[in-house]
Amino acid sequence: MAWAVFICLTVLCIGSVLAMIVSRNQAHNALFLVLSFSSLGGIFGLLDAPFAAVVQVLVYAGAIMVLFLFAIMMFNLKRNPPGGRRMLRIVLTGGLGLVLLAELIVAGRKALSGGAAAAPSRDPAVLGQLLFTDHLYAFEITSLLILAALVGALAVAGRKEGT
Amino acid sequence: MIPASAFFYVAAALFVLGVLAFFVKKDLLTQFMAVEVMLNAGNLAFLALAKALGKAEGQVIVLFVITVAAAEAVIGLAIIVLVFRQRRSVQTDDLRDLRG
Repeated sequence: MAWAVFICLTVLCIGSVLAMIVSRNQAHNALFLVLSFSSLGGIFGLLDAPFAAVVQVLVYAGAIMVLFLFAIMMFNLKRNPPGGRRMLRIVLTGGLGLVLLAELIVAGRKALSGGAAAAPSRDPAVLGQLLFTDHLYAFEITSLLILAALVGALAVAGRKEGT
Repeated sequence: MIPASAFFYVAAALFVLGVLAFFVKKDLLTQFMAVEVMLNAGNLAFLALAKALGKAEGQVIVLFVITVAAAEAVIGLAIIVLVFRQRRSVQTDDLRDLRG
């Protein structure tokens, strides 16, 4: 049962990223990515991380992709002209991708070669405790980063046109 | 019971697809989306390793990565909007001032 869900979600996730690569329409790309990130949230749930799954769907599939869609709305959607030397680029990129994939698989085999450990707790309370004790400084710095991003985005893009 | 390595290999495939999309696509917005795909692959790898090693720290790091990705998306989109205002285009082929 778990395998069936896992395979369905994986096919959905990777398939929609492939569709994003093939499609030329930016709005379609963003919607494919919403599908991909939502199914990735399901995969997070399978990994005993329910909190990360909910945050993934809320923040990624919700907030960030809506931001992308707003940005796409601001540009006029023109058909992308087919670029020259497209074949060469795809072949070179495919080679790079194969090398990278082999590297990652080798690294994964090394990292996962140890015996199975006890599964971590899936209780969000444990997560909160870790977040506010061991990682308190990182948490506070993150809040500062969000504030800086807000102010920075306003400073960069909030100006009136022509001034 | 699905082994954690299966999840790790999915993460590897997703990361490679993100790299592929980044190099194949030629408009800034879609390339930026490809960066988000790579970030998500990283998240999945963190969670798979957290499960394999029995540590909850991986999940904490995933929360930080998602927060930083949100901040990064805001700044990146602001820069793309600025580029569009100045050039009326988001195609990377039109941005070749440094080519000499």
